[in-house]
Amino acid sequence: MPRQKIIIDPVTRIEGHSKISIHLDEQGHVEEAYFHVTQFRGFEKFCEGRPFTEMPSLTARICGICPVSHLIASAKACDAIMAVRIPENAARLRRVLNLAQMVQSHALSFFHLSSPDLLLGMDSDPAARNLFGVLEAHPAMARDGIRLRQIGQQIIEWMAGKRIHPSWVVAGGVVEKLTAEKRDQILAVVPEGLAIATRALDWFKQSMEQFREEIRTFANFPSLFMGLVGADGSLEHYDGKLRILDAGGRIVADGIAGADYADCIGEIAHPWTYLKTCHYKPLGYPEGIYRVGPLARLNIIDRCGTPRADQEWAEFRELERGAVLSSFYYHYARLIEILYSLEKIEQLLTAPEVLDGNVRAHARANNSEGIGISEAPRGTLIHHYKVDADGLIVWANLIIATGHNNAAMNRGVLQVARHFVHGNKLSEGMLNRVEAVIRAFDPCLSCSTHADGRMALEVELRNAAGEVVDTLVP
Amino acid sequence: MSKIRFATVWLDGCSGCHMSLLDTDERLIDLAQRIEMVWGPLVDAKEFPENVDVTLVEGAISSEEDLHRIRTIRARTKVLISLGDCAITGNVPAMRNKFGADAVLRRAYLENYTLDAQIPREVIPQLLPVTRPVHEAVPVDFFVPGCPPAADLIFSVLSDLLYGRAPNAAAKFG
Repeated sequence: MPRQKIIIDPVTRIEGHSKISIHLDEQGHVEEAYFHVTQFRGFEKFCEGRPFTEMPSLTARICGICPVSHLIASAKACDAIMAVRIPENAARLRRVLNLAQMVQSHALSFFHLSSPDLLLGMDSDPAARNLFGVLEAHPAMARDGIRLRQIGQQIIEWMAGKRIHPSWVVAGGVVEKLTAEKRDQILAVVPEGLAIATRALDWFKQSMEQFREEIRTFANFPSLFMGLVGADGSLEHYDGKLRILDAGGRIVADGIAGADYADCIGEIAHPWTYLKTCHYKPLGYPEGIYRVGPLARLNIIDRCGTPRADQEWAEFRELERGAVLSSFYYHYARLIEILYSLEKIEQLLTAPEVLDGNVRAHARANNSEGIGISEAPRGTLIHHYKVDADGLIVWANLIIATGHNNAAMNRGVLQVARHFVHGNKLSEGMLNRVEAVIRAFDPCLSCSTHADGRMALEVELRNAAGEVVDTLVP
Repeated sequence: MSKIRFATVWLDGCSGCHMSLLDTDERLIDLAQRIEMVWGPLVDAKEFPENVDVTLVEGAISSEEDLHRIRTIRARTKVLISLGDCAITGNVPAMRNKFGADAVLRRAYLENYTLDAQIPREVIPQLLPVTRPVHEAVPVDFFVPGCPPAADLIFSVLSDLLYGRAPNAAAKFG
């Protein structure tokens, strides 16, 4: 049997455009597998010459799924350029907005994108394996997902005036204070969100048994984990310091300020993808590969910091003695984070200071450089700008969650392909699993480089001469 | 009423227009009764099918692949709608035109703290020299502006099409 290459192009039901290639040896065994990100945008260059105060609104356009993450990281970089410490309530309100986004983005990932695999089955008919198929077969679950995403989006709209690309988060704080009416509106929908998150968690936990093979093979390997943690070791998405943990659960580095990110994070370019790969510099590449996002965050923390999420977290941490290693559990971690976010929103909004009107600091550019770091739904997000004397951007570097996970996603694709794909017989279901491991990471490729959405599946089996020997029609 | 064959496409944009479509919330469930989503980021389909009634296009034309794809889509779609400012004007993705494709690639892959610094050229589609709006590549039937267009606007345009009305003139310009 000649050496062959399977191309999955494009990967479907993810946020962005990519393809996967799987190389088979003469025996039809999987030899190599690659996750290729196929589009590129160039924000780091074309921001040049713009006033730094434009950066939050401009970089929000990196991503329509998590614009708030970019607003936050960018505004923090701008705060640093202004050399201001923003009013306490401005930080509180930004924090609430960031958590609302965690709810809507995680709901999208779990319900809209991945639940078709989980509810209808990895091998189910691809023509119906989507949100509309879930609406037919499991209408209550699909409605829950639509409603939960809506709750997150609505909180963003109530606070920031617009669901997608709001211009409310600015350099120095936020544009206007929160009114009591809006606060009450938000608090009124939190219990419904909590009920949905709890139902989804209960369903996920009792369904895990049927995904044993996926749990065992979905990017399940030792790696480092990285994310921000609060000063008391609790779950943190807005502030905090970087912590890096190894697979055994030992802390490798702790208390790293965002401004020192370049000492610990290195990027590598590859000829076959637009997505750069990150690694922990002191260990080099590939030894220093790490994961970020919900799974990493729940691995690195000492506690969540809200009662119901802490209870779920304790159960989650029982899965393994050290760090939880299977990337299938990203789904699980995402659901716990939804619960946490809603609880935390409630905590923050019931503080009387949340209605305080002092929400914005004013200053010109006082530093020539600023770094902003926060936790986006998919992991640690870093915006780093340099400005000239007039406050115009002269240089920008952005490190996005999905780049941190690139090495782990590639390794995961190889692991799943080796387990499920055998060259002498192709099935749509086994290739869907290769895509499903990518979905578990919930990459955002429009963020990490940029994206396109040809969400189809096309598989060709080619011989060594490049001739198509078999085409799989789902 | 038979379902209309409906597709959505995401070229060089941020997916915000698609998210705004999802922001129709529970109205999505009603839409699902009247449309068959045959292709797009939310569904698994093999290739862009023939005889599509309505396609919404988000994003500008930035790579060789975008260009190739939009031509196929146009040939197979009855009503093609540019959804949002990137498809209509080039918007944010077109900001790179001032610098050129080479300069933006050099910044990301050669100048910014990168080990094995190199511009990716294998397997992946290459950037076009300039980013362009969709109607410069193929004829477009309707334009729905916004960054992103409001969910209500998207819903009203789709409702008009579903009931055989010409979409509101306010949604068309250019």
